[in-house]
Amino acid sequence: MDFPIFHLDFLGNRALIAIIAVIHAIINHALAVGLMPVVAMLEIKGFRLMQTNPELAEKWDSLAYRILFVAFLITTTIGAMTGVGIWFSASLVNPASIASLIRVFFGAWFVEWMVFVTEVVLILLYFLTWKKLKANMVKKFKHVKYGLFLCFFSWITMAIIVSILAFMMDTGNWNNDRTFIYGFVNPLYLPQLLFRTPLAMTMGGMIALFLTLIYTRKDPDFRKSALRSIRKWVLVWGPLAAAGAMLYYYVIPTNLVGNLPVAMGTIEFQSWYSQIIVIVIVAIGLVIGMANWAYFRPNTAPAWLAAVSILLIAGLMGHFERLREFIRKPYVIGEYMYSNGLRVEDYPLLKRDGILKHANFVATKEVTDDNMIEAGRDVFILTCSRCHTANGAVNPIVGKFTVMFGKEPWQTPQLKGYIKNMHSARYFMPPFPGNDRELDALCAFIKELQTNPQPVTGAQDGLGFNKPKPAQSVAAR
Amino acid sequence: MFYSILLQAQTTIVQKDIPLPLPVPEWFLVLILVLMFLVHILFINFMVGGSILTLVYQLLGLRKPDYDKLAYEVAQTITVNKSLAVVMGIAPLLAINTLYTTYFYTANALTGLMWILIIPLVTIAFLLLYAHKFMWHRLENNKLLHISILATSVAIFLFVPLIFLTNVNLMMFPDKWSVVEGFLSALVLPNVFPRYLHFLNACLAASGLLLVWYFGRKDFDFEVKFPSLSRYEIRKNLYTVTFYGSVVQFLVGPIVLITLPTQGLGWNVLTVILTGASIAIVAMVWLWKEITGPVAQFGRHFTKIALTMGVVVLFMGSGRQLYRSNVIDPHRKLVAKKTAEYEKLVKEAQAEALKPKNTETATAAAHPGEAIFQMNCVACHQVNEKLVGPSMVEAAGIYKGNIAGLIGWIKQPGKKREGPAMPAQAHIGDDKIKQVAQWMDGTLNSLC
Repeated sequence: MDFPIFHLDFLGNRALIAIIAVIHAIINHALAVGLMPVVAMLEIKGFRLMQTNPELAEKWDSLAYRILFVAFLITTTIGAMTGVGIWFSASLVNPASIASLIRVFFGAWFVEWMVFVTEVVLILLYFLTWKKLKANMVKKFKHVKYGLFLCFFSWITMAIIVSILAFMMDTGNWNNDRTFIYGFVNPLYLPQLLFRTPLAMTMGGMIALFLTLIYTRKDPDFRKSALRSIRKWVLVWGPLAAAGAMLYYYVIPTNLVGNLPVAMGTIEFQSWYSQIIVIVIVAIGLVIGMANWAYFRPNTAPAWLAAVSILLIAGLMGHFERLREFIRKPYVIGEYMYSNGLRVEDYPLLKRDGILKHANFVATKEVTDDNMIEAGRDVFILTCSRCHTANGAVNPIVGKFTVMFGKEPWQTPQLKGYIKNMHSARYFMPPFPGNDRELDALCAFIKELQTNPQPVTGAQDGLGFNKPKPAQSVAAR
Repeated sequence: MFYSILLQAQTTIVQKDIPLPLPVPEWFLVLILVLMFLVHILFINFMVGGSILTLVYQLLGLRKPDYDKLAYEVAQTITVNKSLAVVMGIAPLLAINTLYTTYFYTANALTGLMWILIIPLVTIAFLLLYAHKFMWHRLENNKLLHISILATSVAIFLFVPLIFLTNVNLMMFPDKWSVVEGFLSALVLPNVFPRYLHFLNACLAASGLLLVWYFGRKDFDFEVKFPSLSRYEIRKNLYTVTFYGSVVQFLVGPIVLITLPTQGLGWNVLTVILTGASIAIVAMVWLWKEITGPVAQFGRHFTKIALTMGVVVLFMGSGRQLYRSNVIDPHRKLVAKKTAEYEKLVKEAQAEALKPKNTETATAAAHPGEAIFQMNCVACHQVNEKLVGPSMVEAAGIYKGNIAGLIGWIKQPGKKREGPAMPAQAHIGDDKIKQVAQWMDGTLNSLC
């Protein structure tokens, strides 16, 4: 309401955040949190053999290095930049919510940053000094320690950010316990951490397995011992990940769980969703099966199947992330701010005065008979556009109403009746915030969208108001 | 006439701030913003300047292979500098988000597409840099491709700062917010390009100094690595890059000052900037002595130069923050006032809404179930007509005498018709659902 509103009318704004955030979360979990301990484990295997069997030690060492190389390439480019990207996209799409969160979680983010600096310095040290610090046992021991510190700090980074995520999901506590500490002691914190940690470890293990299958083709003996170690890792963490997923699923507050089926939209999906346990078992089952296959029949184990299992866990994780985002609805910050970026406490005022009166960066400040469509567009941008596009690919408002009211020209009373009451029937929708005239204008605009499909532009395309329009005519004088 | 209309069009927008207290004292945020930003920009300078110098050395290497090796050596430093540049950027980002929330986010949104493009652009530049570094020997025979990879990431590095500068420039001028239309129109605001030149010079000056140190380290076997090059000559050339970079700053600096809108130019800003500039002169004298002095004494001023330059940067960074607060602070007072007024209105409206209204009791429903229906169901259902879902009369007819079945459906609906499936309504509560069902089965079925 106070910020110019960035809007992507094809992709949808939430999709922008989702794409960036899911990529980041998967890279963070799989490569930073999960894979680093596997690399450290492989390095230690080699370190222990340095004196008794230097030749074999070198094999372990070079496998560990090659796996780390992949992790280093991806985490320090796509991983790091998507992390910044979450900030950028979230502050574009819902500035009011991210700004409110920062005011409460400044400390958490600041500590997070310091841990993150440590993590980056450690991964640089670990990767760039690998070749220099392998001449003797003393140097190698120092290097092994870098690796262990790196594992620790990667995990801590995740442990801190989860507190903010847990806090955002736990409804009602913003108003009562608006503190940094509460992020850690709230009931969703531990289950999330207990879910994410083994899941990350499992993913890391599978990536190591995948790379080992590729890198050790020419050395069947070493291949077998390397795969044995990795199999052990996966066999320990895989079942824990399954247990964590179930725990996380069960502790999500019951009132939120009641909302889960609608998260998935369709009834087909609902029945699919009730089988989530099966999916978890299939994903983890494939992981465990694959680990065993690779160990017992290393030469027939296909690397692509390991890749499939990684994608499957990534999918499972993405699914849980989506779920997490969805169960917050209709709020972006539980019971404090709706997903349209307006505070619950703003509603009485906005319903009384109208939202346009208190908004900035709008073309109209008041609805009149002459500006219905223009004002309706402003109301749409202010109240709907955080989640809906007009005619775009994701969540188009025209599509929604077509499903409900058919292709015949929509009538204002239909639209108005629905929008006025939607929040009671559709639990995930925030109530409409404006006054009655604005609702009329919104309906006029939605009807205009039906008969005259057009993209809705965001602030980044120019605001389209207050332009020096007369410039040409003045010049003509 | 023309101008007066333009001026009228430039209405200054006053927003409301986030109505929550600052999490830490303001001075702390300013400190983080200034200090950590300087650390961040220093590594950015190293990264951008380092990439440019790598490109230059590699082009020279086409004639003289040792320069290609030198380029390889410089490329090694970029890996570290780029990672630190990103991670050091987070603290000032956090601080500016907190301190200048409305200003920064507004500028971001107004240039939104370019702003978010920073992420993929920089990611691509980083990946290309790695490809360039790790495929150096594999692409030995295809220098054109190899150099093009680097040139592409340098091009990205040269473009991205424009996006940042456009944003930090636009955030200071609320009077421009209503007239800019996307990135390009914000880019051409008067101050952006002079600041960009200032930045590029700083990149070259800082990288030159960094590499003078890097190639001067005792354990760096320069003569073994590059037998045909002279360590002294290379380091002297790098000093020269720093020197001319700084000289040009003395020309660009005043342009930056002149093109800055005057409302922020107080004596405090000028004093700090001019003090910084005069300290810079000292550093440049030492630089000159290093470049022109005897070979035997080469390098003796290095520490002094680096420290002095550090102090200069600190002065310039502080001057920049002073300017920003000169410009924004009056507007921030307006914002604070508006926020307080708005919060007062919010409280009033809340109190008003809590008062019971007489009009509503007049339309009270005859059956409690009907009232619950009016509260929760009318978005999709009407009593007599089909809306999104079937009319209630029709539905009641289907479940005639089967209240349990009706309740079961409301709590966990299936899908029988065209159109969207009904969402589960279990959250309404068992008692209320039962009342709705009773109303439907009793009142509505008796209508038929």
